[in-house]
This record gives sequence, structure tokens and C-alpha cells, in this order.
Amino acid sequence: MTLIKTKIGRRSFIRTSTLASGGLVLGFNWLASCKNKTEEEILAMPKEWFEMNSYLKIGDNGVVTITTPNPEFGQNIRTSMPMIVAEELGVDWKNVIVEQAPYHAEKYGMQFTGGSRGIMTRWEPLRMAGASARHILIAAAAQAWQVPATEITTEDGILYHKATEKSAGYGEMASAAAKITVPEDITLKEVKDFKIIGTSKKNVDAKSIITGEPMFGMDYQKEGMLIAMIVHPPAFGMTLKSMDAETAKTMSGIKDVVAIKSFKDDYEKGGFDVNAFPEIVAVVGNSTWEVLQAKKKLKVEWQPFAAYSETIKGFRGKQTKNVPAGLESSTSHESQMEEMASKPGKIVREDGNPKVAFKNAAKIIERTYSAPFLAHNCMEPLNAFAHVEGDRAQIAAPIQIPSLIIPTIASSLGIPAENIAMEMPRMGGGFGRKAYAHYVVEAALISQKVNAPVKLVYTREDDMTNGIYRPTYQATYRAALDENNNLTALHVKAGGIPESPLFAHRFPAGALDNYMAEEWSIDSNITIGAFRAPRSNFMAGAEQSFLDELAEATGKDPIQFRLDLLKRAKENPVGERNDYDAERYAGVLELLREKSNWNQTPANVHRGVSAYFCHNSYAAHVLNIRMEEDKPVVEKVVCAIDCGIVVNPDAATNMAEGAITDGIGNAFFGELTFKDGMPQKRNFNDYAMIRMADAPEEIDVHFVKNEIAPTGMGEPPFPPIFGAVANALYKATGQRQYRQPFVTEKQVVG
Amino acid sequence: MAKFNLNINGKQREIDVDATTPILWVLRDHIKLVGTKYGCGIAQCGACTIHLEGNAVRSCQLPVSSVGDKKITTIEGLSEKGDHPVQQAWLEIDVPQCGYCQAGQIMTASALLEKNPNPSDEEIETAMNGNICRCGTYTRIKKAVKIAANSINA
Repeated sequence: MTLIKTKIGRRSFIRTSTLASGGLVLGFNWLASCKNKTEEEILAMPKEWFEMNSYLKIGDNGVVTITTPNPEFGQNIRTSMPMIVAEELGVDWKNVIVEQAPYHAEKYGMQFTGGSRGIMTRWEPLRMAGASARHILIAAAAQAWQVPATEITTEDGILYHKATEKSAGYGEMASAAAKITVPEDITLKEVKDFKIIGTSKKNVDAKSIITGEPMFGMDYQKEGMLIAMIVHPPAFGMTLKSMDAETAKTMSGIKDVVAIKSFKDDYEKGGFDVNAFPEIVAVVGNSTWEVLQAKKKLKVEWQPFAAYSETIKGFRGKQTKNVPAGLESSTSHESQMEEMASKPGKIVREDGNPKVAFKNAAKIIERTYSAPFLAHNCMEPLNAFAHVEGDRAQIAAPIQIPSLIIPTIASSLGIPAENIAMEMPRMGGGFGRKAYAHYVVEAALISQKVNAPVKLVYTREDDMTNGIYRPTYQATYRAALDENNNLTALHVKAGGIPESPLFAHRFPAGALDNYMAEEWSIDSNITIGAFRAPRSNFMAGAEQSFLDELAEATGKDPIQFRLDLLKRAKENPVGERNDYDAERYAGVLELLREKSNWNQTPANVHRGVSAYFCHNSYAAHVLNIRMEEDKPVVEKVVCAIDCGIVVNPDAATNMAEGAITDGIGNAFFGELTFKDGMPQKRNFNDYAMIRMADAPEEIDVHFVKNEIAPTGMGEPPFPPIFGAVANALYKATGQRQYRQPFVTEKQVVG
Repeated sequence: MAKFNLNINGKQREIDVDATTPILWVLRDHIKLVGTKYGCGIAQCGACTIHLEGNAVRSCQLPVSSVGDKKITTIEGLSEKGDHPVQQAWLEIDVPQCGYCQAGQIMTASALLEKNPNPSDEEIETAMNGNICRCGTYTRIKKAVKIAANSINA
């Protein structure tokens, strides 16, 4: 039996009238106006709702509305989070309606979509929301029937007292239950008794998606709403000098052209206030097409900015960030990285005596891996709706972390933070990009300036060239082998522009007596940020390619080579700061070996294996390639994941399939280069994205079955696919892959 | 500005817009049908795919003045109850992740099956290769197209 304190997040259980009546909540009323509800749907709606807590209300007819706290960007938490509540409440999933919570820090805490933290951090609060509501429903029935609460059972939304043969639906007891105080302790279900969690439930939004209902930020509409578009500097390292909007302002449908400044001068930025172009120009008009035409006619002069330093207040305290002046190019980045890699870095971890081990080595293997900047390229370009009226603001924006941009909006507009109401429509992809919500600040400032409701829309070109990119990275691995080809030491030195990708305490640290990890970084004015599995998305490919090469050099099977290292890490770990569980890590490799029939490679198939730990979970892949006219075709990927309890298996499988396909695409083609500060790709005609013909023909996903509370799922299967691609390409072509992207015009495979 | 009379999802709609306005923005901004998505504006991603006389076309590259009385079908008009075989197949195997590209994928797939109810893997790839899915649901999309083909041929 799991007993948990309702004190954790107890505010969520304080009933208030604001949620039920609207209050600051804007409500997606414009959605309902689009398609008329069927008669059946109207009849099924309750006449009255009773609020159990912030996450759920029960209708008089037993229909349950579950409010899902975090924004959705395709990971399907709008289905899996309510499933957790419904499980503990004990209702029939058929009778559940899902509502998206607006931004509301007091009720929902950090509404954070990112870092694969959603299900992990909401696991207990959501179970508690369901269990505590069930508890008060039982208490209400016990009072009504004058029987002990302990004798009451529930099933599928019905309360039973067997001895007196009494029964009642949740809806009948909801009114009385709503008046009962939630106790201090709540008992949760045993994992073995789960009926909803662990069964595949369909995406609650699938029907809306496939019929084209308005649901994305980009789809937001309001009476009198104007369209805004931005013009930003053409190159990183530049800022606004002056503008001439005379012609643009006279054009058809154009209301105004305004310059905006995203930060007040003395504003102390947070870690997610990344913005390369805080001073930009916005064109505002009646329709998108008219604004697009005026945007072309705008004459704006830009100028280089001087180097500066700023203090950023991030999760790890205050840090100084140096932003150099200048127009940077990828060619000079490469030589800068070579230079830094050749100098001693900052030693982050040293076990044993790696210097002596390398000195005594019979053989040293050294390999350098690199990867370029990447653009997120969410299918839904950045956009935000804002309506600022006096000291109040209404916002609706696709956004990953609403709470972190509220202080910035408040400061920039000069209004109190509590006067900002924010809705979080579905995101058409996020991948980290929509964690940096400068576009929301921009929309709010534009609305304030033009004194009207405004939807800011980025063009694809704006989106790709005003990026907060995945940084460019480089890592050098060195291994010392003795005369019997035993691995005696490992040295990793990694760096990037402008951050290091190193995780010093990850595998194979802990499995080696002699180990050293060093890092370096180079300042840049190109803005970077989280991109699906930050840093891991590079390190996994480098590390797992190197381990593959080491396995070959030591004459071992690549899976067995990893398992032997993990055995050492489990039985006799080196160091105390290793951040992974060697047993769970080995577990996914063992499951993968079995499910992929690793020991029986089919004819004409070339296989690569790779495994990685990140975001508290373990993922491993075997990737099968066949060569067709010197082109690699990914036939099949077999994947094993340990992310603890899987709430919605088919949805998790879909996400793993996506991570695998996304990873293959980025490993094959992903690349953004710069020349004189300018991104060299602006749209999908020159930025190669994976398309159907290059996607795997088959993906086979397996989960390790255990009763561990859920850990990350959206990111963990992404990083290791880079290694699997590289290692399979080696088997297919005889050439190791050291530089991403692997498949380009310059670098033909084979 | 000029007046145009368009046949959209079986209804006549009169609009007054600049003659160069692409149908994408006519639909989204003027008719308020936002199921057709903006993704790239240069016919490279397929998010804006509609049917023009039954053919899959990129509405971001289709000026309103070029349409005349040709029939436009958008995702909202593909079926009355959202039960076109392609839509049903999408639901059956829960294809979408973020969902932003899926209307375009469905419009391309339904136009393909209208012309070729029994496409080979290669024909599916060729037809669908103009539609990007950033979430990487291609393996499911391909499977759903085959399910839809089977149900059409059954």
C-alpha cells in the first residue's frame, strides 16, 4: 500500500470558484463555435458540475472532466496525464472529458513541458488528485448510507456497499463529496491493480486533428484580431539601426509598423529569456497576405552590435554570459574548435591515473567526432496571440514553459504579473524551441503598441533564421589498450559553441579504473538552447560510435563489450557520482539482444547497435541497413526502453518511433551552417528534413516491464539512434562516421 | 482588391481579396477554415495540401485568381462526419503526434487513393514524399495509407 501526504501540492486541492466560473480563464470558446455538437453529445453533458479539486470535476450524471496541467506538443500527455487521474479515481475511461488547464501556477505548479519530466513529475500529484476525489466520494456515500467507509468499494464510477446492497454513481454523490475535506493522507492503488495505466488508450485529440478543427496556437482567432509579422536582423551579431516604414504603411490592409524592444534596460533575464534579436520591427495589418507584402517593402537598416556581458538568473543560480561582437562563420568555428580541442581543457573528472595508463598503453585509439548547429523546424512556426488592454493582458500561445516568460511579459509591458492570463493551445511541435518564448513577449508588446488584439505569425524563414539552435559540438575520445587488447583507460574531451556537451559522470565513467573527462567552450553570439535531449543528442552518437570501434579493436561483440563494462560498473563501480543505474542499463541491452535476434543477422543487412542513458531512462537500438545503389535504406529498427511504468503503451511506442525517425533524419541530413552571421538555410527547399522515403520501413519497440515510477520518455530514445546509424553505416560501407551529417552531397556514403 | 466566388467544400463563398492571395490565406484568414496549415509557404512541406477538382495541390502556391469555379476541398470537407476511410485509418492506428502536418498528409493520401486505390509501397512513398512530418510518424502514415486502401478495396 502506498500512503502519500496530500500536503505535497496541497494548494491543488483547495477548491476555488475561479476554475468553474471562468475567472481569469479565457476558455477556448472559439473552438466550440466551429463544429456543432451532436445531439448525443449535448444530452451526455451534465446539468451541474461539482469540483473535486483543481484537476477534476464530476457532473451530476457521472461524466468526469479531468484538467490536464501541462501544455501538449505531441507527446500525448493530454491523454496519458488524465489516464493517471482516472486510474486512481476509478472511473470508466469512456466517461472522461479532457480539458486543458490554462497557466495557473498556484493550482498547477510548474506547467513544464520539456526535459521528459511531464509524467515523471506529475505521477504523484495526478494519482493523488484521483485518489483523494475517490476518497471523498466514498466518505459522502458512507454518510448517506450510514455505513463504515471501509466497507464501500468502487468500480467504474460506481460506489457499492455489498452488505446492504446499496449502490450509487459518482455523479449522485458528487455534490455531497464536494463539501468534504480532503484528509492528510491518501492511499494509492497497488500497481498490480491498475486497470487504465498500462493499457493503450487512443489519443483524445485524434478526431479533432484528423478533421482539421482549430486547436493550435496558429489557429487562434478573435473578433477584431490583427495579424503581425516581424522583421529581424539578417545576421547574428546585428541589431536594429533605423527603419523607413513610409511605403509599407500606405499599403493595402496595413495598420501600423512599429519597432519593439523586448527587454527593459535593467531587466534581469532568466535562463529561458534567450533572444538573439531583442530589437525588431513588426508590421501589423488585417490579413497575413497583406502583411507579407508590406514586410517586403519595409526598409530597415541594421548595424553590428558591440560585445557585452550579461547576468542570467537560471536554475543553477546567477551566471555571467559573454556575448562577443562580430559576424560568425562556420568555417572559422571549425578552426576555433580545432584549436580549443588541441589545448588542455577544464578537467571535470579524473579517476585512477589516466596519464600513466596512457603512457603504459600498448595501443592508443583516438577519434574525434563533430556535429553542426541544428534548427528545430517545428512544423508550426512560432506564433502567439496577445490582447493587452490597459494593465491587463490575455495571451494564447504554443509554449512549453509558461511560468518562465510571465515575469518577462510583465516587465516589458509594465503591468502586474497577476494581470496576465495565458492559455496554452496545442503546439505543432516543440522539441525545445517553444521553451524560449520571446515571440510571446513580442506579440504582447505589439498588441500594446497598436492597442488591438494581435496574432504574431513567424514565416518559416523567420522561424529558421531566428533560431535558438542546437549548438555545434566536438568530442575527442581516447582509449588505452594493453598488449592483450584490454581497455585500461578512457579519456574524453568535449566542447562546443557556445557550450560543452560533456556529461562527465555518465557511462562508461564508473566502469573504468582510469578515466578522465575534460571540457571547453567558445563564446558566440549565435543563440542556442534545448533541442530534444540537449547535449545527449550529440554525446550519445560520439560515445556509442567510439565504444563500437573499441569493441571491434578488443575483438568483442559490441553488445557483450558494453555488458561487460556495465557488469564492472554494477559490481565494483569506480567513483561515487555515476549518474546511471548499471543494472537497468544492462537490462535494456539484454532485452534488445533478445528482441533483435542479435546473433542472427539477416543476409544483406548491416546492423548497428547503440544504447544510452538520459532523462532518467534507458534506451537501446539495433538498426538494420541495406544498401541500394550505394544509398543506405533503413529497413528496421528494434528498440528497447526502460522508462519505468509505461502509462499509455501505444502512445509511448509512437513517441519512440518518432524519436528514432527524427534521429535518423538528423544523423543523415541535419545541418545548419553560418556565413557572416547569416544562417545558410532559410526554408525546407535547402534544409533537408527526413521524409517518408528515408524513414525506417519497420520499427519494433519493446519496454522493460517493472514497477518503477515513470521516468523520461520523449527524449531518451533520440540520442542513441545517432550511434546506431553510424555503426550500421560502418558495417555497410567499411567507413566509420565521425562528422554529422552522415549523408550529404559532399560526403557520399560507400 | 477583387471579388471572387469560390466553391469550397460544396458551398459557394464570396470573398473580396487581393487577386494574388494564395488560397491558403483565403481559407485561413477570410473563410476561417484553419484546418489547412501554413508550414513553409513555398510548396516544400505539404502542410497546406487541399484538393482542387480532386487533385492534391499546395494551397500556399495557388493564387485565388487562378481557381475560377474549380471545386476546392479542405480537410474540413473531406467527409461530413470525419469518417473518410483515410481518416478512419488514421484513427485506427492513432497516427498523429503533434498533429500539425496531419491534415496535409490526409489530403495527399486521400487524393492518391482516389486515383490509385491499390498503391505499391513505392507509389505511396512517391506520393507522400512532399509532406514533412517533423515528429516522424512516417512509419504509421504509410501503414495507415495501406489500411485505408484495404478498406476502400474491401
